[in-house]
Amino acid sequence: MANMQTTKTPMPEQDANVRNHNFDEVALGYTAEMAVSEAQRCLQCKKPPCVGGCPVNVRIPEFIAKVAEGDFMGAYEIITSTNALPALSGRVCPQETQCEAVCVRGKKGEPVAIGRLERFVADWYMENVNKMPEKVPSNGKKVAVVGSGPAGLTCASDLAKKGYEVTMFEALHTAGGVLVYGIPEFRLPKAIVQNEVDKLEAQGVNVMTNMVIGKVLSIDELFEMGFKAVFVGSGAGLPMFMGIPGEALVGVYSANEYLTRVNLMKAFREEDDTPIIQSKAVAVVGGGNVAMDAARCAKRLGAEHVYIVYRRGEAEMPARAEELHHAKEEGIELQVLCNPVEILNDGNGRVGAIKCVRMELGEPDASGRRRPVEIPGSEFELPVDTVIMSLGTSPNPLIRSTTPGLETNRKGCLIVNEDTMMTTRDQVYAGGDAVTGAATVILAMGAGKKAAEAIDASLSK
Amino acid sequence: MYKIVRKQELNPTVTLLEIEAPFVAKKALAGQFIIFRIDEKSERVPLTIAGYDREKGTVTIIFQKVGLSTNMLGALNEGDSIRDFVGPLGRPTNIEGKKRVCVVGGGVGCAIAYPSAKAFHEAGVQVDVIAGFRSKDIVILEEEFKAACDNFYLMTDDGSYGEQGFVTAKLQQLLEQGNQYDEVLAIGPIPMMKFVAATTKPFNVPTTVSLNPIMVDGTGMCGGCRVTVGGEVKFACVDGPDFDGHQVDFAELMNRNSVYKARETETAKTHMCRIEKLGKDLIK
Repeated sequence: MANMQTTKTPMPEQDANVRNHNFDEVALGYTAEMAVSEAQRCLQCKKPPCVGGCPVNVRIPEFIAKVAEGDFMGAYEIITSTNALPALSGRVCPQETQCEAVCVRGKKGEPVAIGRLERFVADWYMENVNKMPEKVPSNGKKVAVVGSGPAGLTCASDLAKKGYEVTMFEALHTAGGVLVYGIPEFRLPKAIVQNEVDKLEAQGVNVMTNMVIGKVLSIDELFEMGFKAVFVGSGAGLPMFMGIPGEALVGVYSANEYLTRVNLMKAFREEDDTPIIQSKAVAVVGGGNVAMDAARCAKRLGAEHVYIVYRRGEAEMPARAEELHHAKEEGIELQVLCNPVEILNDGNGRVGAIKCVRMELGEPDASGRRRPVEIPGSEFELPVDTVIMSLGTSPNPLIRSTTPGLETNRKGCLIVNEDTMMTTRDQVYAGGDAVTGAATVILAMGAGKKAAEAIDASLSK
Repeated sequence: MYKIVRKQELNPTVTLLEIEAPFVAKKALAGQFIIFRIDEKSERVPLTIAGYDREKGTVTIIFQKVGLSTNMLGALNEGDSIRDFVGPLGRPTNIEGKKRVCVVGGGVGCAIAYPSAKAFHEAGVQVDVIAGFRSKDIVILEEEFKAACDNFYLMTDDGSYGEQGFVTAKLQQLLEQGNQYDEVLAIGPIPMMKFVAATTKPFNVPTTVSLNPIMVDGTGMCGGCRVTVGGEVKFACVDGPDFDGHQVDFAELMNRNSVYKARETETAKTHMCRIEKLGKDLIK
């Protein structure tokens, strides 16, 4: 008999006023009892809409049935038959717009907490089993994976399971891509990412860090070295700025730089060498998940005031509702319908304030959201010493500029065949933000998976 | 890990290391840079490549011990290894289409000016070099420069060696004497590059400077290295590090490079214990 409770089993969390002073994980995870009880809320639909709502088609009702029975190992096997990285997706997927958005239980009350259950199963496995996968006998075919973010990790894992000899190239000194440099420790502990990389290595994947493809080796050279196919999952790329006066002042960061200093370089730890400005008041410009991450990092680093400055309204923010909710709980202050026009000098070449203008919402624009319009004469100054620009990125030109025949769209994103993820170059595949522009971890994982299937189909001929 | 195969103290504060990095050595060109990281807790530090040996698979870096990381790096010895060494990054110096150039190096910047002078020289370009130092005791690469140029002018601020005066005085003199250069390439402290650009401007000589802004990743991702050139924002790591010296906003660059100055001075003092510890760990 299903558990007919209309709300999700709440996720235990660190208290907001404790966690905004540390970098430990915010959500603590379900206990086995909570997981079993939540799993019993699933109606086990005959035609489950949730599976179609998942970019990697996790067999959701099947794994949830196993959880309800207390067979967590069985649940893990079902999840990992289609999703190589459940500990990651269970934490950072926007389930509310995917699987949970179409859950039948969501029609009357809250949907089943699919993401929380997925995370529980992955964490249970890591804690109780964590058996390193075994290397599949080699089929003798070499494939190169460029980038070790969610797209690359998934593609490499799926190919290694099929016996391919995979080499994964990472430009930075640690594998994991955005999972390591972008998403903060308190949302996704880095030990979990490292565990996934360790599993790949156990499967025989050769992980090479400090390899900037497009500089140290070109795609053509990879083919010369004997790789039969190349998957490019090189990520989003160059941060955008507003082009307003004062953006060169000391104290203006891109969100990429701020987050990289904190997450990859561990600037939050006293014993690590990478410096970061000790801010008192911070304005984060933008309303996406990256803006939330930057704001929450700034708060944890000790800033008294952290503002999210966003030109549209709160309802129009692209950030996940959960991230915005967590940010507000932690004391992040919203300045919505507010657009920066200038960053002011404190007289010493550093940020002294950010000058903004109030906005109101007009007619809907091309994105379907109501277009913000300036209210004349409403300029005001917000006293801050740090500004973090979180406005998105434009694709990195390093690979496309060194690979003849690789075509990109108007925005500089790689063009692919959507069924095979093959680019305009034979046997060069691509996926993730390099193709879509800034998107989600799970979409990148889906692309990596699809490309692995297409590579296997092509090289098996 | 990347092994140090040769170490040479060029002067009391400037050290040369030759490091085993075959992938970098295979592709490196004059004007490009690497990023190194000593151990798990270290920051990423960019340094322009001073030389490379494609056969041996080694890359040479020359650096001044000014902050924590360069002091730690300087404390290592032949046979030791560092955790990370990535490159070549950035665009190489543009050698093509020139008949005669003047390469101006200042202090430790001469270490970076040298490979460019050599590259021009090997390409058959006529090269004049002006190398400037504070005093005789910190002169580096004198013999190397002499072998890589047609005319070599050594300047010291105090006159203890070569001619007395700044590099700009010599450059001014050469230009006034009617020497025609297709390009002046200046590499050194920011004020020196700024004054070189100011010196060449009235003569309309194209002038390239090699910039060293603060960086994290070096691949275009962080935007920390942004500089304003001709009113446009450029990322030194992917668009540079060489830029048109007549267009660079040097005041902005100096200001941006000062962001962590206070902290650097402090950590250089308090973190000396880490350098000592590093030494001990390596002895084990």
